[in-house]
Amino acid sequence: MSQNDSEARERHWEKTRSLMILVLALWFIFSIVIHWFAKDLNGMSFLGFPVGYYMAVQGSLIIFVILIFFLNWRQDAIDEEFGFAGDNEDDSGPQLGGDN
Amino acid sequence: MKGDFISNLPKIYGLYTGGFLIFILLMAILEQVGVSGETIGILFVLFTIFIYAAIGWLSRTMEVGAYYVAGRQVPPVFNGMATAADWMSGASFVALAGGIYFGGHGYLAFVVGWTGGYVLVAALMAPYLRKFGCYTVPDFIGTRYGGNLARFCAVLILVVASFTYVTAQINATGTIAARALQIPFEVGVWFGLLGILLCSMLGGMRAVTWTQVAQYIVLIIAYLVPVIWMSNKQGFGVIPHFSYGDAVMRIGELEAQLGVGTKATESFPGVRVLTTLHNAPGEGLSSWKFATLAICMMAGTASLPHILMRYFTTPSVRAARKSVAWSLFFIFLLYFTAPALATLTKLQIFDPNLATGIIGKAVADVQALDWIQKWSAVGMLAISDSNKDGILQINEFFMRPDIVVLATPEIAGLPFVISGLVAAGGMAAAMSTADGLLLAIANALSHDLYYKIIDPKADTRVRLIVARALLIIIGAAGAFVASLKLTGILGAVAWAFCFACSGLFFPLVLGVWWKRANRPGAIAGMVFGFAAGSLYLYYLRTGGAPILGIDHLRFGMIGMPVSLIAMVVVSLMTAEPDEETQAMVDEVRIPSGKTILSESH
Repeated sequence: MSQNDSEARERHWEKTRSLMILVLALWFIFSIVIHWFAKDLNGMSFLGFPVGYYMAVQGSLIIFVILIFFLNWRQDAIDEEFGFAGDNEDDSGPQLGGDN
Repeated sequence: MKGDFISNLPKIYGLYTGGFLIFILLMAILEQVGVSGETIGILFVLFTIFIYAAIGWLSRTMEVGAYYVAGRQVPPVFNGMATAADWMSGASFVALAGGIYFGGHGYLAFVVGWTGGYVLVAALMAPYLRKFGCYTVPDFIGTRYGGNLARFCAVLILVVASFTYVTAQINATGTIAARALQIPFEVGVWFGLLGILLCSMLGGMRAVTWTQVAQYIVLIIAYLVPVIWMSNKQGFGVIPHFSYGDAVMRIGELEAQLGVGTKATESFPGVRVLTTLHNAPGEGLSSWKFATLAICMMAGTASLPHILMRYFTTPSVRAARKSVAWSLFFIFLLYFTAPALATLTKLQIFDPNLATGIIGKAVADVQALDWIQKWSAVGMLAISDSNKDGILQINEFFMRPDIVVLATPEIAGLPFVISGLVAAGGMAAAMSTADGLLLAIANALSHDLYYKIIDPKADTRVRLIVARALLIIIGAAGAFVASLKLTGILGAVAWAFCFACSGLFFPLVLGVWWKRANRPGAIAGMVFGFAAGSLYLYYLRTGGAPILGIDHLRFGMIGMPVSLIAMVVVSLMTAEPDEETQAMVDEVRIPSGKTILSESH
């Protein structure tokens, strides 16, 4: 492992970690914090739903789905930036050999 | 068809979906010409099981890579569907809407927890475990921390958590098979097991993957069609999901009028009256209970081996990540439908302005309804005019929560073909989860215990025969326990999550995210976390009072902190991991390059 390479690895991991922290912070807000205040939020209305209820049946769920797609999008960018995305041919192509 | 199997997948499953829709139409026609509802139910269940078994037969294999990880060539979208089917159990399909119907806002913590957990899977686990190239979850623990003891602890926790879960699933297949095929429950359990083994035994992970995709398609059609049909028939909107806010409000008004919350003055075994308000979140303790349940379910999601191992089957690290996103999307389709179903069904039963309303009507009229008679006959519903006023009150209508999904088509007066479809969907949900769980247990025992610990020289043929023999033994043990009817479906499911997160969550997460974590630390984390959680459960079951509202559904809240503290303290007290291990962790963090474990480890 050359000096450059290990430096790239370190910076790659730093960025990956920051992204993880950001994602988990958002996750914490929408899985825990928001529902803690469900009673107060129910005073407001969204699409005809009381907001506290809406977040538990749909809002948080939609945000979770988006959050993972967002995470993947950012992580791909990070991997590409440091040249670690290289040999990841996507969705297709069975891996050959090895099944002994 | 040209090209290989993988590139033809969309076409194959497109044809399959079309074929299934034609089958539904055919059943609808049979119903019109006078074939009995019972026959249609039997045809639905048998036909779908036959298809799954055929897929299982076609996917048979004698290759280790195909048996354990489906040859690592499952595209993300299809792996997403397979994970969704693996994930959504009989409990999600049959009991979730009923739970929301009876449990109100507090129960929605399950909905949030069982979806939010995938954010943890995507951010903390799946890509790294895929990079590792393991066959099973204990394989990761055993290699990252080294040593047979760590591996053995992981196997033990996996077996306890998954076995708790699988008995609940075999119980569900038994219940549905018993009802649809009109056989006794005890026979239904063994019949269900037979179907499950047909799917998984010959082809291992490869067979389970392709049957799970097929099962997802059946279960999602079976869940969405009745809800959307009912919604249109009753005038709740074309797609009810975004417009049932008014129904929630209306239920609030009706609850006050009908006096929801009044306790029943009589009781019947197995059924209960509705006493919880539909949308009444509390503060303080009830917020805490919501949060703790959600946390246990989320951390459990990210520790349950039958889910994690699905991400070992993708072609690359990036594909593993992508496939987590698709998994959650496919799961979301069912989970955001369940509350709509619970709300609309409740409104139909409550609202005196709707033809289907029964509360406040004359008891004699209600008792004459077809669906009331049918479900009363099997003891899943009861009506009793407790106050002798001849009018059905809210606290005189007893129901088993599980039947909300199964009875909805009948409450709304949909044709019987829909009930048959729902039975097939419930069967698919329970079978697919049971398959994944049985395979997780059998693979851990055959790969980690037998091959890695007991006989590292065993050749491929012997390994795969051992794996299959274990599958049958564990399946039979599960069916035997299920036939004893020890716990309800949902209790057992929540326990599985708590067992898994108590013992495995931190050793898995810190294995990737904390380089300093070492073998003694991981062993301490698994042993103390799992023991603390289990002892607390034992304390509760022997009559102990829940501390801080942490009851038997949330005992992971005790196990997890103990596991974390034990792991950190012991790791710091002992020597840091050697160079080689640290280099391995560095390598896991990079998505490109070779896997840590070779293909044929």
